[in-house]
Amino acid sequence: MSSTFDIVAGVISETSEIPREKITPEAHAIDDLGIDSLDFLDIVFALDKKFGIKIPLESWTEEVNQGRAKVEDYFVLKNLCARIDELVAAKNA
Amino acid sequence: MRLEYFEMVDSVDEFDAERGHLRITSRVPTESPVFEGHFPTYPILPGVMLLEIMNHASGYLHMARNGVTRLPLFTAVKKAKFRKFISPGTVLEATADLLHDGSGFGVTNAAIHFEGKSIAEAEITMTLVKFPTEELAAEVRRRAERAGLGHMASA
Repeated sequence: MSSTFDIVAGVISETSEIPREKITPEAHAIDDLGIDSLDFLDIVFALDKKFGIKIPLESWTEEVNQGRAKVEDYFVLKNLCARIDELVAAKNA
Repeated sequence: MRLEYFEMVDSVDEFDAERGHLRITSRVPTESPVFEGHFPTYPILPGVMLLEIMNHASGYLHMARNGVTRLPLFTAVKKAKFRKFISPGTVLEATADLLHDGSGFGVTNAAIHFEGKSIAEAEITMTLVKFPTEELAAEVRRRAERAGLGHMASA
């Protein structure tokens, strides 16, 4: 079974045409991979479908804008994968 | 339909919340300055206007689902196809079907039908934002009400 990171990296590579080898758990989606907000919507769309969840992009953005979270908390890929695992676990609880 | 004001919806004829489906009617006007330029002596509705009709059908679907509490903004279009030239005076039906209900955005499959055939299609992504002003919210709600969405929308 593929890990969450493998699935996320595959989706990013396919959606944003970024070579798979450039996508690492430590990579920052915006700063390192250059993903813009429109591409990120496509990625979230694909991840929602793949994992059967609804990534709360609005509340994440609000938390970052209000200084209650750091951009890295959601946009560094290992952190994004951890959030996805939490959402999947909550769905299956 | 008032092309010059980007009012593309004459009536909302069907909204099915469970299926995430909405159908509208758009009556192409017989006269408009748009047709003077597109094209002289050969008036046809520009493809961008057909896209805007599908955009409006999608926007009305999102507003019907959220009780007209969020403003849908055109964000991306994929797989757009236009299969037929549309003349002034044509009555069109457009549909929008929800493909994905995301957080702060939605994706639809939209289409325009004429004489039982699909003559245009597109996959449309819209960002759903808070209304920037109360005045705009009131005006959009008035338009939605006038088109018949009022009694169909879910809060």
